Amino acid sequence: MDAFTIRVDAATFDAGQEIARLSADPGVGAVVSFVGVVRRHGDGDNVAALELEHYPGMTEKSLAAIVAEARARWPLSAALIHHRVGRMALGEPIVLVVTASAHRAAAFAACEFLMDFLKTQAPFWKKEIDADGHSRWVEAKSSDEGAAGRWQ
Amino acid sequence: MKLNLLYFARLKDAFGRDHETLESDAASVGALLAELRARGGAWADELAEGRVFRVALNQELATVDSGLAAGDEVAIFPPVTGG
Repeated sequence: MDAFTIRVDAATFDAGQEIARLSADPGVGAVVSFVGVVRRHGDGDNVAALELEHYPGMTEKSLAAIVAEARARWPLSAALIHHRVGRMALGEPIVLVVTASAHRAAAFAACEFLMDFLKTQAPFWKKEIDADGHSRWVEAKSSDEGAAGRWQ
Repeated sequence: MKLNLLYFARLKDAFGRDHETLESDAASVGALLAELRARGGAWADELAEGRVFRVALNQELATVDSGLAAGDEVAIFPPVTGG
């Protein structure tokens, strides 16, 4: 499998298995991972599930561009972005980002960079579904724009 | 010329459709938006000056000045909220 992987999939992921896969290269000395999870308090206070919509085609291109930018900035051995789409219940994982490098500084920085840019650039949209069935589209947060802005 | 329009998330709900093929003479994204606003209702409201939305032209983010050509894919959507 390619060392740099992008997956947009309704299926969930096994973070442990992915971390093991990215750790297998003998040049790798540091692996950093981030998992985003469906939480109860979002824009609403009693979120039971999320519905994730995306723009097929542009999503993959956009994620590939973000990974290319991270590779230009840090000496990465491998990276993975697995972003789920469709319906996810409270507590289920939404997104996994794993970065691998010889040293931790690059792996930490690249993982945070990938998440910050994914949140502001990649065409995904979350709809929160409450326990009573009401739903609302999540509003974009200026704090996310700020987090991406600090890398420029 | 024919344009392939796509709508996502809140805008898809507001417009009651996720895509359409439009016969248009709009030379730019700005001209296309003006044409869509002229439909009134949710179109005028959601695409009003000052409302925040994004336009992608052939799957790359575009501006109001981006030029349009026959067969272009133009997507209009709210700011993204993934991750």
